[in-house]
Amino acid sequence: MSVNNGFKLPRRKLLQGGAVLAAAQIASPFVMTARAADTVKFGWDNPLTGVYAEPGKNELIGAQLAIAQINAKGGILGRQAELVVQDSTSGDAGVAVQVARKMIDQDKVNFLIGNVNSALAIGMAQVANEKSVLMMDPGGHSDTITGATCHWNVFRICNTTQTEANAIAPTLIKDYGKKWYYITPDYAFGHALEAGMIKACAALGGTRIGGDLTPLGTSDYSAYLIKAEAAKPDVLIFLTQGTDMINALKQAVQFGLDKKMHLAGAQQELEALEGLPPEARVGNWVMEWYYKQPNVPHVADFNKLIMAKSGKVPTARTWFGYAGIWSCALAANGAKSLDAVKMAKALQGMHLPPEIALCPDGAFFRAGQNQLIANLYVGKALHTGKDGPDDLFDVTDVVKGTAVAGTLAETGCKMTWPA
Amino acid sequence: MAQLLLFDISNGLITGAFYALMALGLSMILNLSGVINFAHGGFLTLGAYFAYVLQQKIGFFGALLIAPMITALLGLLVERVLIRPLYGRDPLYSLLLTFGLAFILVDGVRIIWGPGSPPYQVPEWLTSPLSSTYFFLTGYRVFMVVLVVTAVAALFYVLNYTKLGLRIRAGTKDLETLSTLGVNTRILRNLNFGLGIYLAGLAGALAAGFLGLSPALGTALLMPSFVAIIIGGLGSLLGTLLGGLLIGVAVGLTTVFYPAASEAVIYVMLGLVLVLRPRGLLGEEGRLH
Amino acid sequence: MNGLKQHYAKIIVWAILLTIPYWFTYIGGYLGLANEIVIYALAAMALNFLLGFTGVLSFGHAAFFGLGAYGTALTIKFLVPSTLVGLAVGVLTATVAGMVIGALIIKRRGVYFAMATIAFGQLFFFIANRWNSVTGGDDGVGNWHRMPINLGFTTIPLFHNSLVYYYFTLLLFALAVGAMGLLLDGPFGRSLMAIRENERRARFLGINIELHVWISFVISTAICGLAGGMLALLDNFVNPRDLRFDLSGVLVVMAVMGGMRSFWGPLLGAAIFQWLREVLSSHTPNWQTYIGIVFVLVVLFFRRGILGFKLSTVKS
Repeated sequence: MSVNNGFKLPRRKLLQGGAVLAAAQIASPFVMTARAADTVKFGWDNPLTGVYAEPGKNELIGAQLAIAQINAKGGILGRQAELVVQDSTSGDAGVAVQVARKMIDQDKVNFLIGNVNSALAIGMAQVANEKSVLMMDPGGHSDTITGATCHWNVFRICNTTQTEANAIAPTLIKDYGKKWYYITPDYAFGHALEAGMIKACAALGGTRIGGDLTPLGTSDYSAYLIKAEAAKPDVLIFLTQGTDMINALKQAVQFGLDKKMHLAGAQQELEALEGLPPEARVGNWVMEWYYKQPNVPHVADFNKLIMAKSGKVPTARTWFGYAGIWSCALAANGAKSLDAVKMAKALQGMHLPPEIALCPDGAFFRAGQNQLIANLYVGKALHTGKDGPDDLFDVTDVVKGTAVAGTLAETGCKMTWPA
Repeated sequence: MAQLLLFDISNGLITGAFYALMALGLSMILNLSGVINFAHGGFLTLGAYFAYVLQQKIGFFGALLIAPMITALLGLLVERVLIRPLYGRDPLYSLLLTFGLAFILVDGVRIIWGPGSPPYQVPEWLTSPLSSTYFFLTGYRVFMVVLVVTAVAALFYVLNYTKLGLRIRAGTKDLETLSTLGVNTRILRNLNFGLGIYLAGLAGALAAGFLGLSPALGTALLMPSFVAIIIGGLGSLLGTLLGGLLIGVAVGLTTVFYPAASEAVIYVMLGLVLVLRPRGLLGEEGRLH
Repeated sequence: MNGLKQHYAKIIVWAILLTIPYWFTYIGGYLGLANEIVIYALAAMALNFLLGFTGVLSFGHAAFFGLGAYGTALTIKFLVPSTLVGLAVGVLTATVAGMVIGALIIKRRGVYFAMATIAFGQLFFFIANRWNSVTGGDDGVGNWHRMPINLGFTTIPLFHNSLVYYYFTLLLFALAVGAMGLLLDGPFGRSLMAIRENERRARFLGINIELHVWISFVISTAICGLAGGMLALLDNFVNPRDLRFDLSGVLVVMAVMGGMRSFWGPLLGAAIFQWLREVLSSHTPNWQTYIGIVFVLVVLFFRRGILGFKLSTVKS
């Protein structure tokens, strides 16, 4: 400004100009929303920042592909589908709840989608239920969401932690031993998964000989690992996720624990394996979806589309987001209505078409629980990619969801429908 | 049990040495300029990611050498452009500014390098434990401790035996007098800030292999460093060093006996220090009141 | 303070706050946002009671905000299902914590005081985050909600009617702000401002500095706790982020942005900040970078805050 000596704009004018400009920029998006009022809206209330930004991003990529396909096929009830995206943060349930309220009251979304973090998903479910909006939880695993605190309007793509535990426990007991020690993240998901593992392990004669709850976002696991080593377990179970999984597993391998005991866990994700140095990609795990399924129709096409879109192979998260959005669209088209109750009824027991289920035995929403039951993939982490750098998981066993999901009574879900 | 205890205390000292490295830089900046550098954790993260990028081009040791320097250069620039205008004003402003800067650095790292954890490759001969019994003493952690000790020794040498160091120490006591004696305190503060950020960058480059990369890497380490400074005593770098080691051991021990309090314990220690010995373990009487 | 101008400012502020639910949607806002603004404004004004009018910087006020929130939530969930009892317990929790911590650090000043408040704030964060059996840990406290208030002859439908809850918070806001205003206009407030301007001189004048700063600290934490309780009731949820140091920084920025030396400054700061955060986070995943830039710009260019800035341009 001072360079321009000859012509000095009065400061107040300048400020006014700036204010007008800022106001115009702030106001314009709302104008756009108003114009697009005749679309069917999906409120995407999921992490874009923080510890879950990576899975959140991949879920969003899958969701965007689904939206594009839905629109290419004529939309929902003849209307175009639209994604309304806002960062829920990775851990602040207050933000997620507030965003959910706003999306429902202000943006008038037809569907609420989220959340990677179970605690946030639970908070959002409360709001969605209060406002009778159909909610789809793509990737928050806590059992209560489709269990003790299930709601008629809340559906879920990813599995319950108990299902994952049931899928992996037999292999670990059979091949590696009965004394387990747990490294468990200290929040809803971790507590639920550990409880599920203890139950599945006990049913096969195994015991928990110790364990620690580690806070979300722990970077130094050395003290916990020293404790674990002293307990001399057969299997050291890692239930941490994301960056926490990477740090814990990497440090355990640096300490040489992989040579003293078996390292394993339940839920594993491709995102985490990719973040590990090759020597730390060890252990037995269960994945909820895997991109390498050569004999399953449509999977290769899906992989190709996602590769073209993001440059990376799809992960389980990508499929969660994809299947979540498609399920909503199928519900609306099946019910021929955007009424939440009618759509929720249409989803009871609904089987996803193979090009969306993308797994060998198909996928369906279990009636009375609203939980998608699909295949699970048990296997081993690979130091280096077998077929390409992303192929870091060797699937040894494709488990049928119906075999490990437990009975409806066991889930504890008692659904009440609005009169 | 005795062995577990011994292991845990030694392990605590290793992590403590790391806290100390971070806290020392923070402490230097605070002592000379009265700036609570909230962005210190952000600079640490940057150092780690610089090392990650450089490592792919010039190898592990090259990265360890260069990454802290680049971080320090950035620190010099930040001090010159953003922080210098705030000297002489209420410490509130520099605190707020660095607080905002921390947001920018952490989020910026996420935008540039993505939210995930890219794998950081440490030379193979450093990745395994030295012995099966003392499994927590991996080559890398021993290397790290050696490097931290060297860096601290070098820092104390610079502060005690070089002209720059003498001026920094004099400035910590009385900047005004130093200024009237003809020392350019602007440059002094700039260099001091750069030196502090260099230590943050070094801690970051080490953390990349020790803890692993993530945008939030430095944020979690910031608070323990504050506590280390207050416990050690404001104005005393030796105190900061001691504070860092103490905290490392305390966290390690609590993790064994009462893990739920492993984070809260350092704040309880802080409370005790404030009540029983307000100036900190080695702090000078009446400083910064 | 120039009386007439102050008078008009007051009328305008109240007119806006009372009518905002009826026009906020036309400019892209919504009721929940307005409610958040009122609540954070109260917290920022409480902080500013200490910062702007006593001259003491606390960078750990989120702890008291969060204690109020947790006190309220836990009371309603486990002890007494009553909104007012919950709020009272929340405020009491924050106040007691403020009394104890205030007593520990009241002799420190400047940087040391700020660092000590940051550190103590984190103590409460970690307690909330790890004490699962009581606080729910990282998951927070959910599955409870604010209760209607039964007045005997009629019931105030706080829970099901968000508009009613907005006016309920506005009433509490008015009471708390009124109390602070009265205190600042009286002899106590003049003593505080004397301490702010020159602590040594104030001491020579016979003012008991420690006692005054301590009382100011406690009042500030109590009202901050009230605001925290109000937020818990708005969300029907609390979690440890309500007392993490990020929020402490945000409260300080609200106060500084609006103008520390102005009574209503933090309200303006809170409104701008919450609005910006809302708009930015719904348009870009990089919103935290922009928030950081706002912090930097405020410090570099709005040292006296927006209201303070305006005042100085009017004078010149």
